[in-house]
Amino acid sequence: MTDTTLRINGEERELSADPRTTLLDALRNHLGLTGSKKGCDHGQCGACTVMVNGRRINSCLTLACMHDGDEITTVEGLGQPGNLSPLQAAFVKHDGFQCGYCTPGQICSATAMLQEVKDNWPSNVSDSLTGEAKLTPEEISERMSGNLCRCAAYPNIVDAIREAAEASS
Amino acid sequence: MRPFDYHRSEDGRDAVKAASEKGALFIAGGTNLLDLMKLDLMTPSRLVDINRIGLKDITPTDEGGLSIGALVTNSDCAADPRIREDYEVLSRAILAGASGQLRNKATTGGNLCQRTRCYYFYDPDMACNKRKPGSGCSAIGGANRIHAILGASDECIATYPGDMAVAMAALDAKVVIEGQGGDTRTVPVRDFHRLPGDQPDKDNILEPGELITHVTLPAPAKGRHIYRKVRDRASYAFALVSIAAVVEMDAGKIASASLAFGGLAHKPWHDSAIDDLLTGEAPSEALFDKAADILLADAKGQGSNDFKIPLARRTLKAVLREATGERS
Repeated sequence: MTDTTLRINGEERELSADPRTTLLDALRNHLGLTGSKKGCDHGQCGACTVMVNGRRINSCLTLACMHDGDEITTVEGLGQPGNLSPLQAAFVKHDGFQCGYCTPGQICSATAMLQEVKDNWPSNVSDSLTGEAKLTPEEISERMSGNLCRCAAYPNIVDAIREAAEASS
Repeated sequence: MRPFDYHRSEDGRDAVKAASEKGALFIAGGTNLLDLMKLDLMTPSRLVDINRIGLKDITPTDEGGLSIGALVTNSDCAADPRIREDYEVLSRAILAGASGQLRNKATTGGNLCQRTRCYYFYDPDMACNKRKPGSGCSAIGGANRIHAILGASDECIATYPGDMAVAMAALDAKVVIEGQGGDTRTVPVRDFHRLPGDQPDKDNILEPGELITHVTLPAPAKGRHIYRKVRDRASYAFALVSIAAVVEMDAGKIASASLAFGGLAHKPWHDSAIDDLLTGEAPSEALFDKAADILLADAKGQGSNDFKIPLARRTLKAVLREATGERS
């Protein structure tokens, strides 16, 4: 067993678990935070996306014990019923889902992705690497390509992200 | 996942020492290693966590280049203003690979060590000389759409899947490696990965317990930097064919050219005969065809991947047209 201290959604949580425990399994099975979803468990679908120290990662492809002292933000930390984050509200408004299974990962991923754009990170579809990052629909699709939606709600997801980005800029 | 001993290192010496025991592996981002461990394809007895040993900076070198710490994430490397400005091909290659989430975790050293995505390597029920030496190669005569057309052997036709290292091969970057005795050695990226030969289980020249500490880039290469990646999806897919090119023009002629190729072989492919052919010549379709002739002289399809031979030719010609300013 390995002891790990995680700061999750602003709260310090102690974990004592087998070192094989992924961050995703720690969140869901040990700490009762079931918002993050297990889809493929191999880093291909993005349903498990959380933020670690402000950056989005696949929580299924990292061990909880590697994150001692790290700040973890899950979908539960972004908003709650009655107090949705702007992105969550935009997903509701634009119907950015059908079954909803990928949605927590989409929301966490998009939240961090908007910060990456504010930090002027380029993407594979950016014309210039040195210009200003612009959030066109093509850019949103590219930057969100690590989050699959088997219901194919992609057009509505892009609309929701675009509206939330415009509201925050 | 098989049980392992978890050891977190706070400095590089401790990490190298902790990795001296047989069966120990370093873990950095872990995006490939943990995936393989979940499938029991890799079963280290000890994981040495190197995420807190430093090596997270990009610093100037005395030669006018940059030294990239092995634990610089792919995201940070691609977004670094100096890389974007002076080594565009490297930023472009990194951004063409994986997803935002994976690039945030994947590291410079780890990316070099990522393993093939051959379907049979990933399937423990199938023969694979890379996974289990001597068991055979299921890809030869099997499904081999993504497999090698250059430098393959009778034992293995897997490809190296990465993008970052292809750009580093074009830039002639060097890998700095610390050994068990504390000594360091420097190996060109072009020589870091191996061809499969009769030892396909060895992807690269790293010895057990050796730690990549840095990748150094030479002084910036002038000219146009292009990374073109041809794949089955527009995003988040491995290359079928990719080309990293740094080409400088002068008075209508190619002053210098450095090209490397991904998706074609067990390593990022570099052939100095191609660079030499192009240098000093005026661009033309005939010249580009000659370059492709050199690249593909020994190309061998395996059935499902035969299409890669004409695809590589067309991609190379398109990249050279773009790099030399001709209209495509």
